[in-house]
Amino acid sequence: MSVFLGIDVGSVSTNLVLINEKNDVIYSLYLRTQGRPIEAIKSGLNSMLSYMPLGIDVKGVGATGSGRQLASMIVGADVVKNEITAHAVAAVNQIPNVHSVLEIGGQDSKIIILDNGIVSDFAMNTVCAAGTGSFLDQQAARLGLTIQEFAALALEAKNPVRIAGRCSVFAESDMIHKQQLGHSTSDIVAGLCEALVRNYLNNVGKGKDIKSPVIFQGGVAANPGIKIAFAEALGMEIIVPKHYSVMGALGAAILAREAVAHKEKSSFLGFSLINSDFKTSSFECKGCPNLCEVIELFADNTLKARWGDKCSKWTDIIEDAI
Amino acid sequence: MKITFPHMGNMYIPVKGLLEYLNLDIIVPPPSSQKTLNLGVKYGPEFACLPLKLNLGNLIEARELGADTIIMAGGVGPCRFGLYSQIEKEILSDLGYVYDCLVLEPPDKHLGQFIMRLRKIIGTNSWGRVIEAIKFAYQKAYAVDIIEKKVQYLRPLEKKVGTADSIYRHILNTINDAQSINSLQEATNLGILKLDQVPQNINSEVIRIGLIGEIYTLLEPFVSFDIEKELGKLGVHVTRSLYLSEWINSHLLMNYYKKEHSKPFAELAKPYLNYFVGGHGRETIGYAVGFAQEGYHGLIQIAPLTCMPEIIAHTLLPRVKENYRIPILTIYVDEQSGKAGLLTRLEAFIDLIRRQNNNRRIVQ
Repeated sequence: MSVFLGIDVGSVSTNLVLINEKNDVIYSLYLRTQGRPIEAIKSGLNSMLSYMPLGIDVKGVGATGSGRQLASMIVGADVVKNEITAHAVAAVNQIPNVHSVLEIGGQDSKIIILDNGIVSDFAMNTVCAAGTGSFLDQQAARLGLTIQEFAALALEAKNPVRIAGRCSVFAESDMIHKQQLGHSTSDIVAGLCEALVRNYLNNVGKGKDIKSPVIFQGGVAANPGIKIAFAEALGMEIIVPKHYSVMGALGAAILAREAVAHKEKSSFLGFSLINSDFKTSSFECKGCPNLCEVIELFADNTLKARWGDKCSKWTDIIEDAI
Repeated sequence: MKITFPHMGNMYIPVKGLLEYLNLDIIVPPPSSQKTLNLGVKYGPEFACLPLKLNLGNLIEARELGADTIIMAGGVGPCRFGLYSQIEKEILSDLGYVYDCLVLEPPDKHLGQFIMRLRKIIGTNSWGRVIEAIKFAYQKAYAVDIIEKKVQYLRPLEKKVGTADSIYRHILNTINDAQSINSLQEATNLGILKLDQVPQNINSEVIRIGLIGEIYTLLEPFVSFDIEKELGKLGVHVTRSLYLSEWINSHLLMNYYKKEHSKPFAELAKPYLNYFVGGHGRETIGYAVGFAQEGYHGLIQIAPLTCMPEIIAHTLLPRVKENYRIPILTIYVDEQSGKAGLLTRLEAFIDLIRRQNNNRRIVQ
C-alpha cells in the first residue's frame, strides 16, 4: 500500500500522520516535543515503524510547524509548508464547506477564513501568548491538576468567574485572587476558559468575519471548556474534527501527496535514519555587528545543514558544497 | 564640525552627496545592525516606536566615530516622529554626548529662524551652491530608485537567488562614491547594463504585491527583516508605495521635478479616509486603492508596533479589501519581532494568493 507521511514539529507537540491515496488517516501520533525535536521525530518514526504492517511504502513526506526546516532536513521532505496552509488544507479535507478555522496550539494561535475551500484571510497571534496551550498547561500545573482533569473540571462549573485574561501574568494573579476570595476551582477554571476565548477573539480574531461552519482544532481543542466558551461567545455551533490534534501533520501529508504527483521519486531518506546520530551545534558569527547565531546540523558527524545567518553567507557555503 | 544623521535605508547616499557637495565634513553612521538596535533599546523609552530606538543607536555609533553635529528631520502633526529629534537630543545629552542639532521642520516662529539655523551648518557656501547641491542629491536619490526598481523586478525572476542583490550592493557603492553628475550618470548606466545581464527564468509565474505602510519600515530593510528580498525568493515582484526620490520631490522640493505617473493618493483615499491622520496613514489607504485598481494580487502593510497613523489605516483596510477583493496582510515590527514568524506569515500569504489564482483559472 502506498502511504504519505506528514510531520508537524511544533513548540509543544510533534505529530505524525500517515494517509493513504484517498487522504484517509491510517495512523496518527501525538508526541510531546519537550524541547528536543530531533529525538521526538526519531521516536515518532520508530513507533510508526513498529505499527506499520508489512508492504507499506512511503511515497511522499511533508513537513510543517515551527520546526519544519529541521524536520525536512532530517527526514528528507518533498514539501515544506507553513502551518497556515497545512491547517487549512486539513480542515477542508475534514469538513469540505468549512468557513472559519480556529486553531490553538502550544505557543501560537491562528484563525483562518476560507472561501470555497481556498484561504481568503488569516491571522496569527503576534505579541502575546496568553491565549495558548502552554498557558493552560502552566495553570493546570499550578492548580495541581493534569491537563485532562483541568479540562473536565470546566464542565462542572456553575458560575464561571471573570478572569482578567489580557496578559498571562495578570491572569495568574487574578486567579490567585479569586481563589483567595473562595471561588470554587471549577468556576475559576471555567472563567479561565472564557478569558482565553475572549483574548483569542479580541486579538487573533479581531476584524475577521467568522461564519458557520466553524472548526476548532489544535491541541487545545481537546478541552471541552474552551469549546463551550467559543460556542457561547460566537453563538455558533463549533465542530471539533476527529483528528483535531494532528491537523497540521494531516495537512502536510495531503500536501506531500499533491507534491509528489509532479515528481519521479520521493526525497524521503527511509526509516534507516532512525539509526543515524543527529547533532546540532551553534557558533556566533563575528563577521558584522549583527552577531548571528549560526546553527549546524550534523548527521553521523557529517555537516548536513546550516541556518540562522542573516546574510546567508554560511548557508550559501554549504548549499554550494552539497 | 563633523555632521552625522540617522539612517533610513538608502537615504545616506543622497544626504552624503548633498553635504559633500557643500564641502562639509560628514560621518555616516555604520549601517543599522543588531548592535545599533541594542543601543537604542537600552537607552530609549520602551514605549517609543522602533525608528526612535534605531535613530538613537545610529547617533551613538556616529558619536563613537567622532561626529558632533546632527541633521535630522522633524515635523509637526500627529505622528510622534516630530518629537523624536528633541527626545533624542535630550537622551544623548543625559548620556554625556553633547551634539549640535539642526532639525529640518517648518519653523514655528518665522522663516528667518530656520535660515539662521541652516546658515550655521552650511557655513560660507552660497545659496546658489546649496541649490546645486540639493539638485545633485536628488539626482542621486533618483538613480538609486531606478536601480532599486530594476532589482525588485529581477528578484523573483533570477536563476540564482541573490545575483541581482550582489550587483545591487556594488552599484549602490559606485553611486555613493560618484562626485559629479557625469560620474553619477556613468555609474547608473553601468549598473543598468549589469542588471540586464542577470540570467532570468522566463516561465516563472510572478505574483505582484504592493508594499504599503510607514516610511521608515518601508525603506529600512534591517527593521523589515529584508521583507522585499524574502518576498522575491517566494516569486513576488514587490512595488512600494514610497520611493525615496518621489518622497523628496513631493515633500521637500514641492514637486519641482515632474512625476512620471502621478497617483493622487489623497483622492484615492477619499472614500475611506478624508483627513490627514499623520505620518503616512492617508498614503497607505490611497496607495492600497491605487494598487488594487492596477490589478495587484495582494497588499502588505508594514509599520512599527504602536504606530498611530498606520493603526488608523489598518482599521480601514478591511473595507478596501472587501471592495476590491484583494488579500491584505498587516505586519507590525518592533525589537521583539522574529524573522521566523514573519516568514511563516509571508509564505502563508503568498500560498493563499497562488491558490486563489489557480482556483480562478480553473473556474474560468
